[in-house]
Amino acid sequence: MRMYRLLVLTRALDRYLLRLQRMGKVALYAESLGEEAAMVGSALALRPEDVVFPSYRELGVYLTRGVPISEILDRQLNTVDDPLKGHEFAVFGDSRFNIVPAPTPVATQIPVAVGYALAFKIRGERRLAVTYFGDGATSKGDFHEGINFASVYKPPIVFICLNNQYAISTHVSRQTGAATIAQKAIAYGLSGYRVDGNDAIAMYLVSRSVFEEVREGGDPVLIEAVTYRLGAHTTSDDPKRYRSEEEVRYWMERDPIERMRSYLISKNVMGEEEDKALWAEVEALVSAEVEKALAKPGLDPMVIFEDVYAEPTPQLREQMEEFRQQLRMERVMRG
Amino acid sequence: MTVLTFAKAINEALRYEMRRDERVVVLGEDVGVNGGVFRCTEGLLVEFGPKRVMDTPLSESAIIGVALGLAANGMRPVAEIQFSDFIFGGFEQLVSNVAKFRYRNAGHYAAPLVIRAPVGGGVRGGMYHSQSPESYFTNTAGLKVVVPSTPSDAKGLLISAIRDDDPVIFFEPKRLYHSLKEDVPDGEYTVPIGKARLVREGSDGTVITYGATVYDAVAAAEEVEKEGISVEVIDLRSLIPYDWEAISRSVKKTGRPVIVHEAQKTSGFGAEIAATIAEREIYSLEAPILRVTGYDTPYPLVHEHLYLPNKDRIANAIRKSAAH
Repeated sequence: MRMYRLLVLTRALDRYLLRLQRMGKVALYAESLGEEAAMVGSALALRPEDVVFPSYRELGVYLTRGVPISEILDRQLNTVDDPLKGHEFAVFGDSRFNIVPAPTPVATQIPVAVGYALAFKIRGERRLAVTYFGDGATSKGDFHEGINFASVYKPPIVFICLNNQYAISTHVSRQTGAATIAQKAIAYGLSGYRVDGNDAIAMYLVSRSVFEEVREGGDPVLIEAVTYRLGAHTTSDDPKRYRSEEEVRYWMERDPIERMRSYLISKNVMGEEEDKALWAEVEALVSAEVEKALAKPGLDPMVIFEDVYAEPTPQLREQMEEFRQQLRMERVMRG
Repeated sequence: MTVLTFAKAINEALRYEMRRDERVVVLGEDVGVNGGVFRCTEGLLVEFGPKRVMDTPLSESAIIGVALGLAANGMRPVAEIQFSDFIFGGFEQLVSNVAKFRYRNAGHYAAPLVIRAPVGGGVRGGMYHSQSPESYFTNTAGLKVVVPSTPSDAKGLLISAIRDDDPVIFFEPKRLYHSLKEDVPDGEYTVPIGKARLVREGSDGTVITYGATVYDAVAAAEEVEKEGISVEVIDLRSLIPYDWEAISRSVKKTGRPVIVHEAQKTSGFGAEIAATIAEREIYSLEAPILRVTGYDTPYPLVHEHLYLPNKDRIANAIRKSAAH
């Protein structure tokens, strides 16, 4: 039931974020619709001390790690409490939850995750780094350089490819001539697993056993979660241009949340009424948090000069002063 | 004090920091068993072992990305890129990840890493072993860029770079590695990042430079001295941040700045210095700001002594400035 609740929560919050983008409150949003099981199932097998390097679509991972809804909303709406101070959109990260915010350039987080894991190995810590990326990322040099480096130094890292079959409009068959992504691990002397990413329980079980093994000093592993992006790439994308309604319908019928729901009902773990109540409770929770977040003030303009360096350079200090004066002038002009 | 070459001074700085702080690790191509192609990491593998001195795959993007991950997770990595000409394989990591890491995560994670890379020409290395790519990095917020020109500065600045909480690109002029020796302070010795060095005092002109051309500038200054022209030479040592105070003090005094670097002229770092002088010290100027630089061509294999800002080219620029 915990897993199901997280799936429902992910979908409910995802819908709200999409709506907030449409209202012009969020700059850009990459929805999770259809991929929730692969995110929630794998993240449930992590320990709090493990470190996650997401790409930019892993809402289910954040929620499973225990990130409060309010914090995700602060991030998306760039409120005064945005943990990343409005320095970039969409991505989430917070050292309290051991989530390192993603770079938007695809696959560039992969070698960094390898280095992060290598520090665990050097210090002899039994912790794990996990990096998420899409099918498109496996065409980039950084996927290959990262996994190759990992195959030599064998740090405690698990590579999770959320193969949602599309990199914006480009189908996975245009990313690689290989039959699967999992098999790419073999060329690096590592193991690759191909999992039904729409089956949250399968994702959880495979992840749990892989994570245990890697934490105990096993070689790095590549997991390919085969799933489907039911929504658009981001809010700037129209998927009708590149895929048929039949194809989308086929995957709608394999909706991971519906699958989990019917499984739980068939096993009498919950009833229809209980399910409805859960959805209502989650919707109410999310909507209350959205209200609260929308009421918060935004960030001070001076934040744009924060965190460039530990200490600003003399050149940057001068520009900060210039900017401060510009703000003062604007305030005076506005009266 | 011990007499050291530039390369030995780098080695000494690495060894000193690795002994002092076990978070310091070294990684790169051929840095372990081979001790680095310029011998800067010689002996480190034997003393510190393979967990702290890592021979990596031939993989610049992974070297830089992995160094960033190590840094974010509490280590102090010093990554070597074998030649700065090969840094472009890791350019995306440097520009999109390393430089923006602290900013992107609003200080939740830091990136205290050093990327060492041999830079510049004068060794008959051709277009892929001679470039001076510093301007790509001085034009990227979040990075610091340092170019030492003496063995003592190499040691003192490298130690400062390792201890710095932000990423530092540390360019080592390769033609200096084994060509000069000097007394280098033993043990603890740091040179602050962002402070220039007044190499030579003078009253009739100012040469502002960094890296190996410091020596060409001094040679040119000595030559024009015979003609009665006395010039100062400023070695910037750090490009980001750079020491505006030192530049401004000298330009106020002489009014005749000549900027020298090996990198090509257009959009080179000299343009930044020239623009800042024009913005702030235009009324101190007695002559136009001049630049002596590499030309806007790929680095040539043949006739490189004509391509480089050599003593004669610099001396001519000083004379031209003095004639105004």
